[in-house]
Amino acid sequence: MVKRRLKEHVIDREWCKGCGICVHFCPRHVLELDEQEKAFAARPQDCICCLLCELRCPDLAIEVITEELQTESATKEQTE
Amino acid sequence: MPFKDYLRKRFFPHIWCPGCGHGIVLGCLLRAIEQLAIGKNDVVMVSGIGCSSRICGYVDFHTLHTLHGRALAFATGVKMSVPRLNVIVPMGDGDALAIGGNHFIHAARRNIAMTAIVMNNRTYGMTGGQYSPLSCHGDFATNAPYGNIDHDFDVVELARAAGATFVARSTTFHARQTTEIIRKAIAHPGFAVVEVLSQCPTYYGRKNKQGGAAEMMEWYRDNTTPVGSKAKQQNPTLIERGIFVQDAGKPEYCCEYKKLVERARRGAS
Ligand SMILES: Cc1ncc(C[n+]2csc(CCOP(=O)(O)OP(=O)(O)O)c2C)c(N)n1
Ligand code: SF4
Ligand code: SF4
Ligand code: SF4
Repeated sequence: MVKRRLKEHVIDREWCKGCGICVHFCPRHVLELDEQEKAFAARPQDCICCLLCELRCPDLAIEVITEELQTESATKEQTE
Repeated sequence: MPFKDYLRKRFFPHIWCPGCGHGIVLGCLLRAIEQLAIGKNDVVMVSGIGCSSRICGYVDFHTLHTLHGRALAFATGVKMSVPRLNVIVPMGDGDALAIGGNHFIHAARRNIAMTAIVMNNRTYGMTGGQYSPLSCHGDFATNAPYGNIDHDFDVVELARAAGATFVARSTTFHARQTTEIIRKAIAHPGFAVVEVLSQCPTYYGRKNKQGGAAEMMEWYRDNTTPVGSKAKQQNPTLIERGIFVQDAGKPEYCCEYKKLVERARRGAS
């Protein structure tokens, strides 16, 4: 299986209603609510790209954008 | 096609309360359709009235927003007239099993190919949190301040007994499983029933002191178990989830009707 790594969390601040579901269930405590009760990625470096926040957001407000993780051999091939 | 292309984005943010499970069901449903690569014009969504039924306003398919409890009757008409269409009928628990209970059992009995999704929040959300036929014995509701004395239906057992040929249950906590089940239900060549436990934090959660949306989803996590698991034998109060019935062998209603028309034509000539 191809490993993926995080590019960014795209959170639609218009759509997010601050229910906290994504924050509550993130296995790595990546997400928090800001002072306006909108979700944001406080610790993106800890994200394991499980996509659970995206799948469980009732407002379809959060998207986890990932990219293929370049394995060492793949990087080598490319530079050769 | 990314699943968000199936949305009518101009109506967002949607009307549901913060944390309402119905939005999670919407996401699962659209991802299932995306995985099946079904075109927008090949889906008809028919709904009745209720918070759950608002779902049909948010999707860019052929949509019919009809009468409380009658979605399956309208859907039957659509399916009979153009059987190649994928007909999906999301309903609330009141919609599907109180006022619409009769339509529900007869659609199941006929085995007409469509996908009935019961978004079960165990209450009438839209009208202010009254008890429904899926509220449990002892539950509290705005019109049951001393506790509900009715008993609830088991949707899975009811659908199975009525003749549905695909019957499954999942929850909003189990969003991946819900998507997978809905995908199989849509692909099923007969009447498919998918019950999704879907939290209403505004009424059911508040009246029953279940906490907010996340706590209600934790309840789904802690009080359900995969169908046939050992845990259920040890603790019979657990609610089973998964696929209970999957039988592609029973004749489907529209196919039978087509054959009937052919027989009648031959007989007449
Ligand atoms: C014929 C008819 N009877 C009653 C109503 C009032 N009514 C609207 S929605 C609803 C019940 C909603 O509960 P449910 O179907 O469980 O969906 P939810 O709102 O909880 O998602 C009722 C009784 C109606 N609109 N039409
Ligand atoms: S789950 Fe969605 S709506 Fe709820 S806080 Fe997170 S991004 Fe916002
Ligand atoms: S993808 Fe998983 S780990 Fe990353 S923020 Fe979402 S829930 Fe947390
Ligand atoms: S009242 Fe309940 S079912 Fe209706 S939108 Fe609010 S949380 Fe959802």
